[in-house]
Amino acid sequence: MQYDASGKGVGISSLWRDVTKRKYAIQVLVLVCIVVFLSLMISIASDSLQKQNIASGFGFLEQEAAFEIGETLTEYSAESSFGEALLVGLLNTLLVALLGNLLAVIWGTLVGITSLSHNLLLARLARIYVDTLRNIPLLLQLFFWYALITEFLPAIRNALNPLPNVYFSQRGLFFPIPEWSATYWWALLALFLGVIAAVFLYRWQKLRQQRTGQLFPFYRVAAALLLAPPLLVWLIGGAPVELDLPVLQGFNFEGGLALTPEFSALLLGLVLYTGAFNAEIVRSGIESVKKGQKEAAVSLGLSRSQVLRLVMLPQAVRVIIPPMTSQMLNLTKNSSLAVAIGYPDLVNVANTSMNQTGQAIECIVVIVVVYLSFSLMTSAFMNWYNHMTRLVER
Amino acid sequence: MIDLPRNPIWLWLKKNFFSSPFNIVLTLLLLYVATKLLWNFIDWAVLQAIWSGDASTCRQSEGACWAYVREKARYVLFGHYPYEEQWRPQLFVAIFFLLSLLTQFKRCWSKHLVAAWVVLPLGAALLMWGGFFGLPHVEMQEWGGLPLTLALAFLGISASYPIGIVLALARRSEMPIIRALSVIYIEVIRGVPLISLLFMAAVMFPLFLPEGVTISKVLRAQVAIIMFASAYMAEVVRGGLQSLSKGQYEAADAIGLSYTKKMVFVILPQALKTVIAPTVNTFIGLFKDTSLVFIISLSDMMFTTQASLQDADWLGFTIEGYIFAALIYFVFCYFISFSSSRLERELKV
Repeated sequence: MQYDASGKGVGISSLWRDVTKRKYAIQVLVLVCIVVFLSLMISIASDSLQKQNIASGFGFLEQEAAFEIGETLTEYSAESSFGEALLVGLLNTLLVALLGNLLAVIWGTLVGITSLSHNLLLARLARIYVDTLRNIPLLLQLFFWYALITEFLPAIRNALNPLPNVYFSQRGLFFPIPEWSATYWWALLALFLGVIAAVFLYRWQKLRQQRTGQLFPFYRVAAALLLAPPLLVWLIGGAPVELDLPVLQGFNFEGGLALTPEFSALLLGLVLYTGAFNAEIVRSGIESVKKGQKEAAVSLGLSRSQVLRLVMLPQAVRVIIPPMTSQMLNLTKNSSLAVAIGYPDLVNVANTSMNQTGQAIECIVVIVVVYLSFSLMTSAFMNWYNHMTRLVER
Repeated sequence: MIDLPRNPIWLWLKKNFFSSPFNIVLTLLLLYVATKLLWNFIDWAVLQAIWSGDASTCRQSEGACWAYVREKARYVLFGHYPYEEQWRPQLFVAIFFLLSLLTQFKRCWSKHLVAAWVVLPLGAALLMWGGFFGLPHVEMQEWGGLPLTLALAFLGISASYPIGIVLALARRSEMPIIRALSVIYIEVIRGVPLISLLFMAAVMFPLFLPEGVTISKVLRAQVAIIMFASAYMAEVVRGGLQSLSKGQYEAADAIGLSYTKKMVFVILPQALKTVIAPTVNTFIGLFKDTSLVFIISLSDMMFTTQASLQDADWLGFTIEGYIFAALIYFVFCYFISFSSSRLERELKV
């Protein structure tokens, strides 16, 4: 190998002998390979699309979909376009993901705390639940719950009636809900204002504690701030108590809140499965707080609830949140298994559209873009959260 | 006379079950509910169960119909593989059992075992393929059930592990383009559900092949599973790489090791060891995720389970069918996680 005056390699051989130049060479090579590969793919694909007479592009979104969708949150009929069908699917995915995550976090936290209980029987039962559900494929669990609802619940005429006006049958689960009135809108507004007030209260009490060292009974006052205004508005609005009850009419129940077998099975399956993972996360998060922390807090004279609230929880939560977020994302992605039991989520609708139009690439692009944006939003949040809660050391 | 207040068993019971009035009530309540549920289950699954016979015998009983499982087990486990030839997939599964069992014992760890893990599954797959020594050839389309699930998982694990390591190293590389490509790959794959990759493999991928070239759907699904699992593996390995102190890297540089030697002899052995538990969790996830190929109608065990439930003569024994499949999946997953904790102990992590 030859060297120039500054000691750098020259000549062709320096491309793999000189470390700095080699790095450039490798990168250029990889980039060229990828570009060639992609352009080859694109040319082959456009060829085969032409041969099969499939017009590429998203024009098909305007066409009439000509298929029905079982559950829709917006106006939809077979005459609507593919674009509207996909929107219905997206909203259904969002519904299951939001509700599922809310319930899975609550359920997982409960089970996680339970598995650390001093009562050995309770702790064992929680462990058995977690170990069993984590080791069985979610798809199989979804089929199981779906079969349990559609095959083993009674027919609509003999629906199970576990609570007054609650009915479980093969055709779905039916619950009473409050008759909607304008008062509830005002109550919601009051709740919203209460939340804002609580946020300001939190900041104020924290500053005051840092300045004076005095503790403020924040949780009790905040609970009052959240509960009292909506309740007051509800009372002022005449305390409406009318319920919208499910009533058997002909072959099905009318009114109330109706959950289809598909939705119920999907929600139940996702919550129980993800809940098992969340429980593990909560358990290991709590266990990760060192014993010395607790003992130090006790020796400072903090009460039991103060130890938990001011010392244990803040440290456990720091460990719990990152894996919990990734479980939330997992639940959202797993909701795509809806396609197997026939709940019309985004993937299911996209799959139907794909079969009807042959626009496989476009439909898969829609799925990928939607899920990717979920996960990008989540990681943006995570970065922000990690920045906020990082340990500031010397 | 037994001195109850100081009897160790009584003390243990008192500490763990009856430490306070609340705990006493809780224990008794749980005991009641759990016994009742367990009793109902035993009543259904054992006492009133039908173990042999046909569907009509089963329908007369309130209990479980294990006769159904007996009737369908061969189909669920081995799919449409010709009935007389099923000793071949049976051998395939047995070889996996044997190898995993041997791997449990540190005494058996040797180069021979590694070689056996490569040669024997390959040989067994060839045996299933047939076409030599008078063995009839069996088309890949007819393979199904447990061997397919095992093969998808085994190949998936053994390919995604090294790919994941390479991706993780690329993500921490000093070369910006390599790093960017690796980040894009990992984040995109981790951001989308596996189903969308399987759809790509099933529907979209054939569009990208030149005319006349076809790749079997099983292979395409296998590639999708490997691509998916490698991205998750990469993140696990990256965690391990990050957990090492900077001194390890610097020390390896200081004694003049090349990049490859530094990684192979210093960094990776330590990094991979610290992440055994999350690695195994990824493997278990992969094993469970193979069931998703059902959705693109490959005849894995999930598919054969569902198909066996459609038999018009045996309608209505869904729960028994699912319990059978769940048991098999559970045994495999539990076995993997059990051996991982053994491995951790053996390697003294």
